[in-house]
Amino acid sequence: MLNNNTILAGVELMIEFNKQILRLLPYLILVSLIISLGAIFIYTPPMYDGAGTLLNESFNIFFIHLPIALISYFAFMLVFVSSILYLHTFNNKWDKFAASSAEIGAIFAFLVLLTGSIWANDVWGWYWVWEPRLTTSLVLFLVYVGYIMVRQSVDEPEKGARLSAIFGIVGFISVPLSFFSIRLWRSVHPVMFGDTFYGTTGGGIGGIEIIVTLFINLITFFLLFVGLLIFRYDNEKLKSKVYTLKRKLMNN
Amino acid sequence: MFKSLNICLKDLQSEFRSKKKLNSMIIFSLLVVLIFSISFGNFIGKSSFIDSLVPGVLWVSFTFVSTIAIFQSFSDEIENGCINALKLCPAQWNAIYTGKILSTLTLLYLVQLFIIPIFALMFNYSFQGIFLLAVVVLVGTSGIVSVGVLLAAITMNTRSGELLLPVLLFPLIVPVIIPSVLATGKIISGSTFVDILDELRLLVVYVIMFYTTSRLLFEWTIQD
Amino acid sequence: MKPYISIKGLFKKFEGRYAVSNISFDIFNDEFIVLFGPNGAGKTTILKMIASLLKPTDGVISINGTNMEKNLIEARQLIGFVSHETFIYENLTVEENLRFFGKMFDIDSVELETRINKMIEEAGLCIYRKERAGTLSRGMKQRLSIIRALIHKPSILLLDEPYTGLDLNAIEVFENLVLNNSHTKVKIMVSHNLERGFNVCNRAIIIKNGKITFDKKKNEIGSYADFKTLCEFNFQSN
Repeated sequence: MLNNNTILAGVELMIEFNKQILRLLPYLILVSLIISLGAIFIYTPPMYDGAGTLLNESFNIFFIHLPIALISYFAFMLVFVSSILYLHTFNNKWDKFAASSAEIGAIFAFLVLLTGSIWANDVWGWYWVWEPRLTTSLVLFLVYVGYIMVRQSVDEPEKGARLSAIFGIVGFISVPLSFFSIRLWRSVHPVMFGDTFYGTTGGGIGGIEIIVTLFINLITFFLLFVGLLIFRYDNEKLKSKVYTLKRKLMNN
Repeated sequence: MFKSLNICLKDLQSEFRSKKKLNSMIIFSLLVVLIFSISFGNFIGKSSFIDSLVPGVLWVSFTFVSTIAIFQSFSDEIENGCINALKLCPAQWNAIYTGKILSTLTLLYLVQLFIIPIFALMFNYSFQGIFLLAVVVLVGTSGIVSVGVLLAAITMNTRSGELLLPVLLFPLIVPVIIPSVLATGKIISGSTFVDILDELRLLVVYVIMFYTTSRLLFEWTIQD
Repeated sequence: MKPYISIKGLFKKFEGRYAVSNISFDIFNDEFIVLFGPNGAGKTTILKMIASLLKPTDGVISINGTNMEKNLIEARQLIGFVSHETFIYENLTVEENLRFFGKMFDIDSVELETRINKMIEEAGLCIYRKERAGTLSRGMKQRLSIIRALIHKPSILLLDEPYTGLDLNAIEVFENLVLNNSHTKVKIMVSHNLERGFNVCNRAIIIKNGKITFDKKKNEIGSYADFKTLCEFNFQSN
């Protein structure tokens, strides 16, 4: 919570005072994207699984899949935290922040499903399996969609902010619960790090190159997320400015 | 608690007089079961097929009926602005939430207990462990209702609430539906109470979590 | 004299605009205040804040010296609210409606029954006692609505456009019910109906753009004709 607050404060600071850095951010993201792609396709050696057989090329999608999955969860946590703060303070800043984070999070969650399906089809032969992480990602995406729909179906901004904050909180709670529910079923999703989580052993992937590539990608997508968040937040600010100006015109 | 009970009794009294919700719920659930029995007509009589169909079909019908019940849970309060009268009563606002849960759950549970024999009739199927099933249905439905009433309070403030409610509700009740379906499957294949303890425990935890968070959040849904 | 209700620096912000801004006034025992003003002036918002239905953005409302927000539950025991919406359940009978709200206000059940009997008689609803409230006429519903609001003997009676949809006869009965009850110390009404409102009140407040533009006792104003011109001037001038 404290950690998130500092991050939020940091973002706020960047928006308010560091317009210069903000202007550089897209270029930074571009460079970082190029480095990430290079790392994925050039830097990493061919992969072997625990049994020593060569892994398919499609494994490369993992370097994108995992970071965006983590970031979509992170985004949702931001929605959760800023929703709580909104209901606590009724400060519009938190609402705008939650709205921006939710929209970008929804896109990331969708990409998680997309990349996951492509990968699954190549490796397992199916696009979709009912499995804890997949289903949880789907639930996460659907909750995001619901969150955005609540916001859109209310005309008054303050009411919309209040209701979507409530949904953002209760939705956040249901996502881990979904995960544990579906864990009752057997899991086929590979466990990349750590050992037994569902009772099956981990994928046994190691090697410094992979960690480095993954880390680079994580940073890249985090930057991308922050960049999008800042621009989306600015958009929200302009939107509410337009709204208040319109209201003023209508009242006179 | 006394005031929640009073609200619940008031709802039930009003409902048993008009029977508006009960009728629509019963007819709707009949239709759902009918459609299932038509679409699975070939399997009727082959109990091994039906065995694997029952949990899913039963919980699909329950979910649909819950949506109707939940959507109507505040219909009496919106009429004549009664929700404001409740808000003016000397009680915490979350007493309204608990009252609504109790009344919605009671109505829904009555309809569900009605669906099960109808289902048995149409699918020519005899249920095992009917008491255990009734327990699982009660706990599972409490989970659905406790988050559902909060969402109903959200959607009654929006345009096109009736369309929005299922969209919001279904993803959130996934964690309740899965253990319920699993437990139901185990019961009809002859499991005892001990076998479904895992699922039940999970369900109870979910009910408690959903209830406490929703109760906490409810206050903000009816704040103007 | 100590005021019964004291309102200090009340603000309410709606969608980035102040619907009520910096309203302060004191209300003393036996006052019947009517809030007048053009549409959207913030009258109903003020009333709802006093009723605890809306939370003020800023400012303090205190009843009998205690801050209302700190003692919400106790404050609600003191407040009766009548609106243009009737606040009654159509599927319950007249007495069931009263009984439900009575229980919500923690009235002892023996006491409640005698109160219900007495109030139904006062309101002239005896023959409708066992009828579903939904079958009553608009005027009868409004009568039920007012005795519903009085069931817990509130000392503050708040009336929000209570005349909406009432005919002359119904208005008379209604005013009798409102004026002839001994336990309400303070009455506040919001009304569009200048003449009716002026007749019943003993203090008139005019609200415009969320601010008080006029506040005087009735005997200081004079006749209704004077008040009418005053209102026209106050409502229109920008």
